[in-house]
Amino acid sequence: MSSSAVVEIRDLHFAYDKRAILKGINMTFHKGKVIAIMGLSGCGKTTLLRHIGGVLKPTKGYVKIGGQVIHELDQAGLYAMRRKMGMLFQFGALFTDMSVYDNVAFQMREHTDLPEELIHDLVLMKLHAVGLRGTQHLMPSELSGGMARRVALARTVALDPMLIMYDEPFAGLDPISLSVVGDLIRRLNDALGATSVVVTHDVQESLKIVDYIYFMENGVIVAEGSPDEIRASGKAFVHQFVHGEMDGPVPFHYPGGDYRQDMNLRA
Amino acid sequence: MPYAHAIRAIGHRVIDAVWRLGKAARFFFFTLKYSSNSFRRFHLIVKELFSTGVLSLIIIIVAGLFVGMVLGLQGYETLKRYGSESALGSMVALSLVRELGPVMAALLFASRAGSAMTAEIGLMKATEQISAMEMMAVNPIARIVAPRFWAGVISMPLLAAMFSAAGIFGGYFVGVVQIGVDEGSFWSQMQAAVDFRDDIMNGVIKSIVFGTVVTIIALFEGYDAPPTAEGVSGATTRTVVTSSLAILMLDFVLTSIMFKGN
Repeated sequence: MSSSAVVEIRDLHFAYDKRAILKGINMTFHKGKVIAIMGLSGCGKTTLLRHIGGVLKPTKGYVKIGGQVIHELDQAGLYAMRRKMGMLFQFGALFTDMSVYDNVAFQMREHTDLPEELIHDLVLMKLHAVGLRGTQHLMPSELSGGMARRVALARTVALDPMLIMYDEPFAGLDPISLSVVGDLIRRLNDALGATSVVVTHDVQESLKIVDYIYFMENGVIVAEGSPDEIRASGKAFVHQFVHGEMDGPVPFHYPGGDYRQDMNLRA
Repeated sequence: MPYAHAIRAIGHRVIDAVWRLGKAARFFFFTLKYSSNSFRRFHLIVKELFSTGVLSLIIIIVAGLFVGMVLGLQGYETLKRYGSESALGSMVALSLVRELGPVMAALLFASRAGSAMTAEIGLMKATEQISAMEMMAVNPIARIVAPRFWAGVISMPLLAAMFSAAGIFGGYFVGVVQIGVDEGSFWSQMQAAVDFRDDIMNGVIKSIVFGTVVTIIALFEGYDAPPTAEGVSGATTRTVVTSSLAILMLDFVLTSIMFKGN
């Protein structure tokens, strides 16, 4: 592992029963970088993220974070590692029985012995960083989708993690919220000196904020490179994905039987 | 083989039921294992005591009152045949403290608090709140399940006591105020007939057992629910049905152990 590599994934395989999801993934995430993992729905992106978080165990290969193989850690070791990680879920996953303030304070109260006065200041700083200091008394049900995502982001970085994971952070956001969240991902990563992994479908927003991109299809990496390299890529799959074209190697129709036969038509 | 399909289906169901029972036992074990954190931070249990206990109070008191009134009416009609109307107080009190208080309160608790617990935890799972907690290195069993479990165990005997108290008042209202049974004999017969250890403590033990069973069923069903709308609604239904059957079966077992020959 090179000195600046925070995450190293080598020959990662995973299958649900006999259905292979990941088929030999190799990736390296360096400190301070924002990395995007893209691909069609069901290509294995979220499964890969779950391996990085230690939720799933690989059938072969490993994920190494800070020099430690994640799936070899016991529960105490895994929890110790997760304290250095943050994860933003697709729709925020805010605790609905707690206020915005309590959501952001949650990890500080669970994992530290900080006095409540200091927690108060830290929570307001985190909320200020995402532009939502004024929402501290609101409940999650009183927030819009974009605001909820930003509060969740404040909660994710509450303990200044070294590795931040984002699962579809742009899903369902309006264009303004989308730009705000994208900008925050970049700025928070740089401010914390962390490493961020963004699993997303949103090509245009991702190309603006990330340093490196991996494209996945059917459990393997089919392309990788910097945003400029991806934009200039001549690979048919990448070109179709980046430009959102109907025609290309990804078919519109899900495989099915003969159309005429299904419609009970005779030739 | 015409019956092969049916036999296979029955076998599948039996294996599935045994597997779920094992999973529930494992869940119960981990709930107990991670309970120390709840007692160190007792405010977590107090918060859940409010939603499981205090919010169930109205339905428990109202139901207890009406059950007691019916007992007063039916008891009077029966006892009158034997010229024993004065024993109405002891009949109402013994019925409630030994049997109806713990059982009815547990059934109502399962329908109100149990179903709410299942739906809440099921929805927390569906909206990834439980996954988020795990990713924050916080054990959801210790943080979410254990405080709710102990709140259920603590609140159940208290609710059963409230049910019995309301029922006795209902019996008093119908028997003494409406029908005209002698007030002195109503209370004195009750005082003489009800034994603290044999009647009240056995009723308390019953309600603690019911509280444990109902709460663990509700929590397990919520935690194990598929993270979909159908999954949560199915789990909520299972909580009420399984809890109700478990209460009635356990009531028979406990009654036969406690009151045999008394």
